[in-house]
Amino acid sequence: MREITYRQALNEALIEEMERDPDVFLLGEDIAVYGGAYGVTADLWKKYGDERVLDTPISENAIVGVGLGAALTGMRPVAEIMYIDFIGLCLEQLNNQVAKIRYMFGGKCTVPLTIRTEGGAGRTLGAHHSQSLESWLIHIPGIKVVMPATPYDAKGLLKSSIRENNPVVFIEHKMLYNAKGGVPEGEYTIPIGAAEIKREGSDVTLITYSKMLFACMEAANILEKEGISAEIVDLRTLLPMDMDTVIKSLEKTGRAAIVEEDCKTGGTGAEITAQIMEKAFDWLDGPVIRVAGEDVPMPKSPVLEKMAVPDVNKICAAARKLIKG
Amino acid sequence: MIMDKELAKKLLRQMMEIRQFEDMIMELLAKNIAEGGSHLYAGMEAVAAGVISMLKHDDYITSTHRGHGHAVAKDGDLKALMAEILGKKTGVCKGKGGSLHLADVSKGNLGANGIVAGSLGIATGAGLSMKLKKTGQIVVCFFGDGASNNGIFFECLNMASLWKLPVVYVCENNLYGMSVSVKRASAVEDLSKKALAFDIPSETVDGQDVLAVREAAGKWIEQARSGKGPSFIVANTYRYYGHSRSDTRAYRTREEEKFWRERDPIKIFSGRMEEQGVLTAEEIKEVEEFVAKEMEEAVDYAMKSPYPEPEELYTDLYV
Repeated sequence: MREITYRQALNEALIEEMERDPDVFLLGEDIAVYGGAYGVTADLWKKYGDERVLDTPISENAIVGVGLGAALTGMRPVAEIMYIDFIGLCLEQLNNQVAKIRYMFGGKCTVPLTIRTEGGAGRTLGAHHSQSLESWLIHIPGIKVVMPATPYDAKGLLKSSIRENNPVVFIEHKMLYNAKGGVPEGEYTIPIGAAEIKREGSDVTLITYSKMLFACMEAANILEKEGISAEIVDLRTLLPMDMDTVIKSLEKTGRAAIVEEDCKTGGTGAEITAQIMEKAFDWLDGPVIRVAGEDVPMPKSPVLEKMAVPDVNKICAAARKLIKG
Repeated sequence: MIMDKELAKKLLRQMMEIRQFEDMIMELLAKNIAEGGSHLYAGMEAVAAGVISMLKHDDYITSTHRGHGHAVAKDGDLKALMAEILGKKTGVCKGKGGSLHLADVSKGNLGANGIVAGSLGIATGAGLSMKLKKTGQIVVCFFGDGASNNGIFFECLNMASLWKLPVVYVCENNLYGMSVSVKRASAVEDLSKKALAFDIPSETVDGQDVLAVREAAGKWIEQARSGKGPSFIVANTYRYYGHSRSDTRAYRTREEEKFWRERDPIKIFSGRMEEQGVLTAEEIKEVEEFVAKEMEEAVDYAMKSPYPEPEELYTDLYV
């Protein structure tokens, strides 16, 4: 299989869906001439012009609101919010309007809107350009939240998100854009709401998503040499969350560590832990452990930034603790 | 200009429908038959009826937290609207929206909104759709004076002008955002000036005069339809009731209320129609009685309708 980057995979998904459906159009800050802050929409403006690739003013709330209005009236917009850190500027439209409008209207409308954004630490950009805010979003019934890790998943899930008749927030990771992975030529999609076992194991389950998948893979290699067999569940979609796959894994391993980049308190792992307690308590041999981001604004200093997010050592330590108690 | 009799009757009927609808809701609230709250449109009828009467059936509107008037005027089904306000299964949103979320997309009503300025984005986005799809449809975005101080108002006006979107922004200036007067909330008291920053043409009209509203709306709707971009109408008007049920109206005088009640949009219009010989006093009375009967039927229908089934709690969230 050919190998392409996460960025190229996303770019291909956009092109394929724009070719497939004339109602698909893109809007966002610096996505046209510039090609997107992280280059995901590169060359699309040249190909499709102003009507289908719209540079917007710096108006995040209106980008989401306008996307909604267009989605309600026959278009299939893909809006880009440059950094998830800016999501606070458009939470009113996202939470009150986008997520609720179909329900409030008694199901008499659909919202085929995709909101692409990216998050995560790793570029020493400081507190306003490095956050992981997905847990805010999974608290909003009415939207779906997708967070792919590999180029293959990124492409297949973005295509599904664009075709979805519900609003989707699609969160990319800024440190993955240059990461390469196998992506077949030609058409495929990946269902929203399906986790995937990225590595099989029998002693401990590492439940993760987005960039932390790769830290887990590395940790699993180290643990294997110590005789610990780690299974890795890549959630891929956080809302709705595929707990069946998680529980099935726990039936086998009886031990769970959740590895997430977002702040620990009230984070995504808290929700996963609660659901494990409700649905899989009997399978557990010990407490669930969270390996999560620290509860601090993301510091600039590269030394401090590394400390603020989980790494391979912390994941290994958690797995050992689960095994040895 | 002498008006067509049928059109005069239609405008009068719509304004009376809105008035009686709101008076009825007030009564139902007082009797605790209607639970929760409602922001009533009484006094402002000429704005909704005037603007919407200039639209085609498939044109869109977005509405506000004070949205019953717009919903009624945009081909609203009185029974389904009344049932919605009571949270009934037969409501226009199956009882899940209520007063703050009256909507009927099939009739071009993209919804009332619980968030002040919340629908500006929806209207602007619908305008973008109309432009991209080249359908010739246009969008009217209703909002209040209070919304003109909100961030998304400025974001949307900028985009609409930049992209020449077919949206007519109609600011219903009823002088108060809940309790705070325009004077105390907006650095610019002449709200039409706010459009100038975006190079959007604006016009201020007497919102109590349905014919003046129609004339202005007609002009700007035509401009939007012909691809010349957005416009901004400020309709000066007044709400008779307080902001909501608990409002004691301490922020305005009884004299001011009296002044505006003397400028009642229904009285002004029916008086003029009678004077010009378009409608007789008898015909006006007939319309009023017709509407009273409609309203009685709507309330009866709403009250007799069942509440949603328990399984409805989780339906309609996702497709």
